[in-house]
Amino acid sequence: MTTTAQSDAHSAAPGEGRCRGPASVRARSERRLAALLCAPAVLVILAVTGYPIGYAIYLSLERFDLRFPEQHGFIGLANYGAVLSSGYWWQAFAITVIITVVSVAIEFVIALALALAMHRTIIGRGLVRAVVLIPYSIVTVVASYSWQYAWTPGKGYLAALLPEGVAPLTSQVTAIAVIVLAEVWKTTPFMALLLLAGLALVPEDLLKAAAMDGAGPWQRLTRVILPIMKPAILVALLFRTLDAFRVFDVIYIMTRGSNGTESVSMLGYDNLFIGFNFGIGSAISVLIFFIVMIIAVAFVTIFGVAAPGVQAQERR
Amino acid sequence: MGAGWARKGWWAIADIVILGYALVPVLWIVSLSFKPLSSVNDGRFIPAEFTWSNYRQIFQIASFVSALRNSIGIALIATGLSVVIGTLAAYAIARLSFPGKKLLVGVTLLIAMFPPISLVTPLFDIERTIGLVDTWPGLILPYITFSLPLAIYTLSAFFREIPWELEKAAQMDGATPFQAFHSVILPLAAPGVFTTAILVFIFCWNDFLFAVSLTTTDASQTTTVAIAQFSGASEFTEPTGSISAAAVVLTIPIISFVLLFQRRIVTGLTTGAIKG
Repeated sequence: MTTTAQSDAHSAAPGEGRCRGPASVRARSERRLAALLCAPAVLVILAVTGYPIGYAIYLSLERFDLRFPEQHGFIGLANYGAVLSSGYWWQAFAITVIITVVSVAIEFVIALALALAMHRTIIGRGLVRAVVLIPYSIVTVVASYSWQYAWTPGKGYLAALLPEGVAPLTSQVTAIAVIVLAEVWKTTPFMALLLLAGLALVPEDLLKAAAMDGAGPWQRLTRVILPIMKPAILVALLFRTLDAFRVFDVIYIMTRGSNGTESVSMLGYDNLFIGFNFGIGSAISVLIFFIVMIIAVAFVTIFGVAAPGVQAQERR
Repeated sequence: MGAGWARKGWWAIADIVILGYALVPVLWIVSLSFKPLSSVNDGRFIPAEFTWSNYRQIFQIASFVSALRNSIGIALIATGLSVVIGTLAAYAIARLSFPGKKLLVGVTLLIAMFPPISLVTPLFDIERTIGLVDTWPGLILPYITFSLPLAIYTLSAFFREIPWELEKAAQMDGATPFQAFHSVILPLAAPGVFTTAILVFIFCWNDFLFAVSLTTTDASQTTTVAIAQFSGASEFTEPTGSISAAAVVLTIPIISFVLLFQRRIVTGLTTGAIKG
C-alpha cells in the first residue's frame, strides 16, 4: 500500500514546469498566492525560532545571572569559555554521545529485523504493524516510568530477576543502560517504519534473480537489499541521531541526571531552572544547536544523504 | 506441506516476540495502576489483588484534573492551528511555483532538526518579559512551530497525490468552484489532513521539555509535568499507583486513536519522513 503511494508521489512532478506558459501575469498571481499562503508559517517560524535563537546568541554573550541581576552586561565569549572549560559540560557531552551512539546502533539492528519481519511475515501482518505503533505513540514520560518501575528493586518484575541488592538505576553504567533501553524501546518502531518504507522499494524480481544466482539470505540482505535501502537508512539514522542527541524526558524521569547520567539537554535545563544563569544556559543552548547542525551537515556531506525532505524531490 | 507449517510456526513465534516487545511495558504500567497500596511493591507482573482506588484517587487531585484539561485544550488548539497553517503552506509547496520555495523547505527542515533545549532558554526569557509564561498561548506557540515541519511535510506529500484536474473537470460539468472544491477536492484531501492532525496531536501530547520549562501552576501545567510532580495522596504515601493510573489515563486515548487509524498513520509517518 505504501509502495504505490510512494512511487505515485515521486512521479508527480511538483508544481514546476506546468505553468511556464506565456502567462507572466499568471505566474505573478501564483507567486502572490504562494506568498499569502506561506506567510503564516513563515511568521510563526520567525517569531518562535528565528528570533529566539538570535536572542539566545545575544544572551550567551552577556553576564546574566538572575541571582546577581546588577552585574548584567556584555562579556564576549566568556560564557563559552566557562562552559567549555567545565568538567560538567564534557561529562554531559560524553554521556550524550554514548547514549546517542549506542541507542541508535542497537535501534538500527532491531529496527531492520522488525522491518524485515513486518515486510515478510505470512501471518498477522496487520496486527504486527498495528502493535508496533504502540511504543511510538506512548508518551515518553509514561514509558520512562514503566521502565523505571520495572528496574526498581522490590517493585519491578525485571528487578526481581536480578540478584538481591542490585539497583540498576543507582550506578552510572547500569543507569545509562536502562536509559538506553527505554530510548530504544520507544523509538525503534518509528525507525522500523521508515526502513519498511525503504524495504518496499526493493524489487522482488531482483531478489529472485539473486537467489537463482546462488546468493544466500545473508548475501541477499547485504548485497541487494541494504544498498537499495541506503537512502531510507541514512534518513532514518539522521533523524534518530538528532533526536537521540536531545535526550531529556527519559533521564529527567529516571534519574534527574544523578549518578553521572546528565545529558547536555539536562545540563542546559538545570543551568536555567536551578542555576538561574541565563548567560551560561544560553551558551549551552547555542553550543547544542551548533553540534546538532554539525551532525546534520556531516551526515549530508560524508554519507551523501540525498538530503532528507523535499530537497531530494526538487532535484528529481 | 510440512515445510509450510514449519514456516508458519516460525513466523508465529516471531510475531509473538514482536507483540511481547510492544505490549509488555504497557501491560506492566496497567498492572501497577490496579495494584492496591499493600501489594504495589510485590514485584509481580500480574496483580495479586485488584483495585480501582488509584483511578478514583487521581481524579480527586485538583492539579491532575486541571492538567488533563490543559493538556487536551492546548494540544487541540495547537493541532488545529498547526494543521491550518501547515495546509496553506503545503498547498503552496505542492501546487505552486514561486521563488524561495527551496529556502522555505530548507528552513522547515532545519526546524525539524532543531534541539528544543536551544529554544527553551531564550523563549523562557522572552515569555517572562511579555507575560506568556504559564499561559496556554505560551505553550501553544512553540508547539505550533515545532509541529509545523511535520505538518508541512506530511501534508505536501499527501497533496501531491491528489488528482487536481478533477476540480476543473467538475467545473466544466457545471459545478460552481465551491461545489467543485467541496465535493471533489475536500473528500480527497480530508484523509491526509486528518492523519496529519493525529500525528501533530501525538507530538503535542507527548511534549515534556517545553511544558516543564514554560509552565509553573495549574493554570497551564500539562499532564506530563503533573505526573512527574505527583507525590502521592499524602506526603508519605507511595506515588507509584497514582503515577501509573495517571499514565494509563494519558495513554489510553492515544493508543485507541492510533490503533483505529493505524494504516493511515503508517502511511503518514513514512511519506512525511522518507520523501519529505
